[in-house]
Amino acid sequence: MTAPPGPALTIAAAVRAGERTAREVVEEHLAEIEAREATIHAFNLVLADEARAAADAVDAKVAAGIDPGPLAGVPVALKDNLCTRGIPTTCSSRILDGWRPPYDATVVDRLRETGAIVIGKANLDEFAMGSSTENSAFGPTRNPADPTRVPGGSSGGSAAAVAAGFAPLALGSDTGGSIRQPAALCGVVGLKPTYGTVSRYGLVAFASSLDQIGPFARSVADAAALFEVIAGHDPLDSTSIPEAIPPVSETLDRGVDGLRVGVIAELLELGIAPDVASRTRHAAEALARAGAKVDEVSVPAAVYGLSAYYLIAPAEASSNLARFDGMRYGLRVERPTAEETMVATRTAGFGAEVKRRIMLGTYALSAGYYDAYYGKAQRVRTLIVRDFARAYEQFDVLLSPTSPTTAFEIGAKTSDPLTMYLNDVCTIPSNLAGDPAISVPFGVGDDGLPVGVQLLAPALGEPTLFRAAAALEALAPTTEGAEQ
Amino acid sequence: MSERITREEVAHVAKLARLELSESELEVFTSQLAKVLDHAADVEALDVGDVPPTAHPYPLRNVFRDDVVGPTLDRDEVLAEAPAADTGMFSVPRILGEEP
Repeated sequence: MTAPPGPALTIAAAVRAGERTAREVVEEHLAEIEAREATIHAFNLVLADEARAAADAVDAKVAAGIDPGPLAGVPVALKDNLCTRGIPTTCSSRILDGWRPPYDATVVDRLRETGAIVIGKANLDEFAMGSSTENSAFGPTRNPADPTRVPGGSSGGSAAAVAAGFAPLALGSDTGGSIRQPAALCGVVGLKPTYGTVSRYGLVAFASSLDQIGPFARSVADAAALFEVIAGHDPLDSTSIPEAIPPVSETLDRGVDGLRVGVIAELLELGIAPDVASRTRHAAEALARAGAKVDEVSVPAAVYGLSAYYLIAPAEASSNLARFDGMRYGLRVERPTAEETMVATRTAGFGAEVKRRIMLGTYALSAGYYDAYYGKAQRVRTLIVRDFARAYEQFDVLLSPTSPTTAFEIGAKTSDPLTMYLNDVCTIPSNLAGDPAISVPFGVGDDGLPVGVQLLAPALGEPTLFRAAAALEALAPTTEGAEQ
Repeated sequence: MSERITREEVAHVAKLARLELSESELEVFTSQLAKVLDHAADVEALDVGDVPPTAHPYPLRNVFRDDVVGPTLDRDEVLAEAPAADTGMFSVPRILGEEP
């Protein structure tokens, strides 16, 4: 293995070899949280006692000569829409404030089996709806690179936790870019896996045909390791693909010699800030110098991704969020009848953005509008799938910016929902197509804030995707902005 | 473009979604939804010919398992988190009421 292990893998190796205790690792991270969490607000809940107990259990195994697992002792932050049994899971919504799930998400089970330590539930835009984490009912998370700015969203807490050093790893979810965009804005690695490779059992559903859980890390190697832990068929998720997931860590350092890289022409135009576009072009040039065959490619339907998404995702969400009715779990605002109780509960429990999307979705699915809106959007989705498939006949991976801009100021885009939605223009097409995509930090913008570049691959193309990402990471300018 | 969605339609949709909006919220949401739908209009206007819809990115069909009883959620644990529970069941307000 010549690709250097990232911070997470380094910790795991040291803990497994008995060179460090898991307890010491956890205390170090809790101290970091103690120092900066009041400013950053990455977490809805810090699990200090649970983390210490889990760390002690890992250390006991090591002392007894038992293998504690491949990620032993590594603290992980979990987006607070991932069910953790007996531990509050709020989706950053008042409607689930204090609710404790009676089961763990499959990814949480798999993570715990590796000896990883769950250190906290990370803040998010309410029900994963947003691109800035400003829609959280519990206050925004701030970008560790500049606390006057957003960390991105909806997995802003997870991205910030990793960027701030609160945990080397985090899990988030990505429906329209909610892992990749905050990864770009915070300067960390974030992957949206191929749809169906990671079980959604225990992920509170937003849009069922688009949602995927994925890793955040400070290095591509760490993200690859976490992906391998969480990926794989799950009988509890009927959308989980039955095929075996190809391994990714062993091919990380293959380099990009001869790799065909297509820079998506349309995604360098759609309102992308000049410094972000420039960084993306530098990334393309760096890959070319490293031996890749780089060229421009057209994916015409990508332009329609945003519009199709803002019909499909809210439609699916309106159905998924119907379950929050005050009857079985969460908030109940009691009224004489069940129906009045449902209305009062949902009105009090949901924030404005959630209400907006529920109404948009209900409208798009309603009688008389279904064909024109939702039905049409699903057919545009097919065009996007086909355009990508055509591009992948000529290219192995595609390249684009992850986010149109660097991190914007808190409050700057909240007055107009549409302005906020435009943040997802580069990330949405992969969710619609079900293909994997990763954001890799690549220097800074003119304002000194992190820039992320996005690599995309066909379904189950994670090995190639990670290989290209590892190469890009090695080629990235230092944060002092040294030009290549 | 202000007729993209009317106040009455928003009020109707809110009712379907079991949401109660104040007058000012109705105003704000109507204009916001109209703007989003305006943007989405480029989808509406596209000629997609006879392209079939994609509901799911991965073509799985008939995902079945054997009809065998297995472990499930712990009832007491589930009911402990319910707003109200009684005799092993969720306790809910009266369902059959007057038509609203």
